[in-house]
Amino acid sequence: MSGSNSMFLRRCRQQAAFWVFRLAMLAVLGALGGVLLYILIQGAGAISWEFLTEPPRDSMTKGGIFPAILGTIYLTLGAVAVALPLGVAAAIYLSEYAAEGKVLRLVRLGIANLAGVPSVVFGLFGLALFVGYFKLGISLAAGSLTLGVLILPTVIGAAEEALRQVPSTFREASLGLGATRWQTIRKVVLPAALPGILTGSILGLGRAAGETAPIMFTAATFYTLHLPKSPLDEVMALPYHIYVLATAGTHIEQTRHLQYGTVLVLISLVLGLSLVAIIIRSRMRKHKKW
Amino acid sequence: MNHNGNTIIEVRDLDFFYGDFQALSNIAMEIERNRVTALIGPSGCGKSTFLRLLNRMNELIPGTRVKGQVLFDGVDLYAPGVDPVEVRRRVGMVFQKPNPFPKTIYNNVAYGPRLHGKKERAELDGVVERSLKASALWDEVKDILHQSALGLSGGQQQRLCIARAIAMSPEVLLMDEPTSALDPIATSRIEELIKQLKEDYTVIIVTHNMQQAARVSDETAFFYLGRLVEMGPTEGLFTRPQKEQTEDYITGRFG
Repeated sequence: MSGSNSMFLRRCRQQAAFWVFRLAMLAVLGALGGVLLYILIQGAGAISWEFLTEPPRDSMTKGGIFPAILGTIYLTLGAVAVALPLGVAAAIYLSEYAAEGKVLRLVRLGIANLAGVPSVVFGLFGLALFVGYFKLGISLAAGSLTLGVLILPTVIGAAEEALRQVPSTFREASLGLGATRWQTIRKVVLPAALPGILTGSILGLGRAAGETAPIMFTAATFYTLHLPKSPLDEVMALPYHIYVLATAGTHIEQTRHLQYGTVLVLISLVLGLSLVAIIIRSRMRKHKKW
Repeated sequence: MNHNGNTIIEVRDLDFFYGDFQALSNIAMEIERNRVTALIGPSGCGKSTFLRLLNRMNELIPGTRVKGQVLFDGVDLYAPGVDPVEVRRRVGMVFQKPNPFPKTIYNNVAYGPRLHGKKERAELDGVVERSLKASALWDEVKDILHQSALGLSGGQQQRLCIARAIAMSPEVLLMDEPTSALDPIATSRIEELIKQLKEDYTVIIVTHNMQQAARVSDETAFFYLGRLVEMGPTEGLFTRPQKEQTEDYITGRFG
């Protein structure tokens, strides 16, 4: 029967399509797993208590990476401290106050494009503005500000989306009780949007921790004897450390295991930070169901 | 002009526009204190739009325009210098779908009073208890005041929303199809409540359910195509409508 025949063909095509998607997904997972596994195998040997808690010595061929770990944590938190208030404020303006129209569309387009700017451009921008014009020098502060600007579009995008997902009935209820717009935002909209906003900062966090180019000209130093004591000190940072060890050192081959060890630490740090934020977010989500 | 002290809201020559579309034309109406007034009419007739003009909620929608006057105790709500926030404090609103905040039951009721500066715990406790009693919810929630309001049933949530509005001690309560999302039992509890509420408040309720209008209201206004067709005591309007359109609607010939 031609009917059942075409049915058979359709089923085959459906199976084929499913397999294509399945394989695509497996390829992605495989690539991710492969990278992580490779880094784990190559880097695990370098990890030791000394590696995590000591500064490097003997021209970087021995010792640890503690100053770089600390530097990256400072830089990342600094970036979030810059981007979160600014980004959330901008998102509130865009989603709660600004009137829809040409201007708003243009602003959104600008933000979207900002997200596509190569990170090295942010580095040069930070060098010109924060290091040069504001005379912060190569410093933790300049690096945090630069990274903060870099992750701003991510934070704004996530925060705007989170605000938009707060049901408009909450706003109506609050305004109907004689709340001002600002009271409504502060007491109802923002708390309800918080989990989503947190997601935005998680994404930003990961990106800020891993970027090399923006801190290359603004914050990072190859080697410093002391840990940062003020925001105006220059710092060591994991991505830059990896970059220097792998390309510019005098003992590139000798330090190979240290490079992988540093990569492993960086990845664990980013995943660890994200995990903490995800746990906080899911705790908050438990209390909301609308 | 007959300000006999019983009129709380007087609407004069009211027009309302969404952009170029005129949603309400030339509405004139008087609403009496401590009465329940029902607004009925087919979907899109402007009854909800009219209701939301009484606490200036429509101006939150961009591109809307009001002409005419809404006198509240003799003062035009749309006069320059009148603060819509103050209007909404005096004219409370209950919405079509129960919309409690994702907060505790207590914090939902205390939300309004806190906005306006009440901070003392004992004072807030009193307001919360009084409001929940007035909305006939107290006995059901007095032991779970600090649990999330979202755990309540739909009918309980709607009574919580009424309590939340009452906590502001408004003079008028607007209700926009307050039972349309509820089951019959929850609906009849809300209807009972509405009849009690008129002791202390003036209630204006939009309903698409004519039986409900007949059951709970003292006065009924029939809207059609953005105009107020007829208004009068509920019993009279349902038994001896003056206009043909009203009769057609209440006898179910259209709607």
